[in-house]
Amino acid sequence: MTENVDDKGRRRFLVAATSTIGAVGAGFVAVPFVLSLKPSAKARAAGAPIEIDISKLEDGQLMVVEWRGQPVWVVKRTPEHLANLATLNDRLTDPNSDVEQQPTYAKNENRAIKSEYLVVVGICTHLGCSPSHVKMADPLGATIDDDWKGGFFCPCHGSKFDLAGRVYKGVPAPTNLVVPPHTYLSDTRILVGVDSSAGVA
Amino acid sequence: MNKILIASVDWVDTRFPLTKLWNEHLAQYYAPRNFNFWYYFGSLALLALVLQIATGIFLAVNYKPDAALAFASVEYIMRDVEFGWLIRYLHSTGASFFFIVIYLHMFRALMYGSYRKPRELLWIIGMFIYVCLMAESFLGYLLPWGQMSYWGAQVIISLFAALPIIGEDLAVWIRGDFVIADATLNRFFIYHVVLVPIILLALAAVHIIALHEVGSNNPDGIEIKKNKDPKTGIPIDGIPFHPYYSVKDIVGVSVFLIFFSAIVFYAPEFGGYFLEYNNFFPADPMKTPEHIAPLWYFTPFYAILRAVPDKLMGVAAMGGAIVVLFFLPWLDRSPVKSIRYKGLIFKFALFLFVIAFFGLCYLGMQAPTPMGTLLAQIFSVIYFAFFLLMPWYSKIDKTKPVPERVTH
Repeated sequence: MTENVDDKGRRRFLVAATSTIGAVGAGFVAVPFVLSLKPSAKARAAGAPIEIDISKLEDGQLMVVEWRGQPVWVVKRTPEHLANLATLNDRLTDPNSDVEQQPTYAKNENRAIKSEYLVVVGICTHLGCSPSHVKMADPLGATIDDDWKGGFFCPCHGSKFDLAGRVYKGVPAPTNLVVPPHTYLSDTRILVGVDSSAGVA
Repeated sequence: MNKILIASVDWVDTRFPLTKLWNEHLAQYYAPRNFNFWYYFGSLALLALVLQIATGIFLAVNYKPDAALAFASVEYIMRDVEFGWLIRYLHSTGASFFFIVIYLHMFRALMYGSYRKPRELLWIIGMFIYVCLMAESFLGYLLPWGQMSYWGAQVIISLFAALPIIGEDLAVWIRGDFVIADATLNRFFIYHVVLVPIILLALAAVHIIALHEVGSNNPDGIEIKKNKDPKTGIPIDGIPFHPYYSVKDIVGVSVFLIFFSAIVFYAPEFGGYFLEYNNFFPADPMKTPEHIAPLWYFTPFYAILRAVPDKLMGVAAMGGAIVVLFFLPWLDRSPVKSIRYKGLIFKFALFLFVIAFFGLCYLGMQAPTPMGTLLAQIFSVIYFAFFLLMPWYSKIDKTKPVPERVTH
């Protein structure tokens, strides 16, 4: 170090260059650590499709099955239920299911392949609670809505969905319930997790 | 004997600044002589931290961070481990008491303007401690793997999913799976017992170093360093922390432990407020409990979240309610620090704020109703107005003259 030589500029450059290279290196080293926190190959492989037998489902009944660790609901809807759906349209956020919360083959007025059966993931689109199935005749229905036509009510933050999993206006949930990819193996067996190739049956 | 002791200390002092540290932080740290009741909560917060770490270590000895085993291992601690019930109740009650102490500690700062210049950074470090503490509590709450553990975590992690663009991926990254699963429990355990405690301990040390640099505030909000003895350079209104305040704090600790033990031994669940009933059911990903609410110390923010009928805006309001606290040192424009010399407007504003805070705390525990939501909206507006209008009302407020020396 010679004191007479003015090397401040060079020093500043060297400090900046060393810091930059060091920071870039630290950034690269961080990558494997950050990625190690992502779902493992095992967790990614766990989403196998599941088969549901709906032969014992009665009118208006809901059954729950587990798929990818989430509840999937199958609800058997009566013609009355289906007729009620259309009357609710102007009270819903997305009555025509324009937001992609369902496969294209379930983007119709009933949000289903077979209008009788609703297949949805039973997780509220607000903050992930599982809503309760509240039937039209249920006394609880009157406390949820003056004109309750049956549907789903989330106990956590009060979001409401109709029997096609469509969300009401003025509740915290922003979108309709998700319709998972599913297909009919026969009249009474549904496979959840695999897309329907035949389209609307 | 005494000679050996002195020689030993000398031996250490030439190798490590033991006496120097002792003097700087205890024996020759001069604190204002007019501390009152509200000044117990700093040392009590430290006690709560030590208590949580000590009991936590003993719980971790018998706990299993595995989705298949966690719930049963907590029951094992409660029933089969010698004094396991006591250690767990000390830890669970300790968590609630930690928050009681921290909220009182923060309220003290609010009353006496302890966040004002030159203590802005001290306040911000404290806010980071508060945020870490909330994270620590949330992480720990998943570990018993009960219904409330599971669904509480589901809701909180979904808050991150509400962020635009990166939200969904971020939530998956936090969980380590597409749903809350074994991977989530395992990592939350490690964060709870290693990562966050290290950060908390470091922040607590930084908080104390910052405090001892600027010196403690006091109920009069007067800088005692402005008035020093010309000979010794010691503040005239200052007394050494040790023995004066170390002895005073022992009284505080004793009273604290009386209340604490009463809860631990006679009402450890505290009517469902410290340990929620639904958490005595094992986690069931298929079914959300009829009514879910976070523990009481989160409910004010939870109520703000629910008050906003929009997902993203609700999350933003909840986050904003905490972020706004960081800016407090610059929102207060009053010429005086302490509430003793502030005017009626500030006193009234603080009164409204306290009502809104308790109101939100209560509403956040209740099931959502239209009336409750309306009230929560009013309280949320008051909460934010207290901070956001402060630059204006603290300036026009009529203040009283501040005395030269501290009063009692």
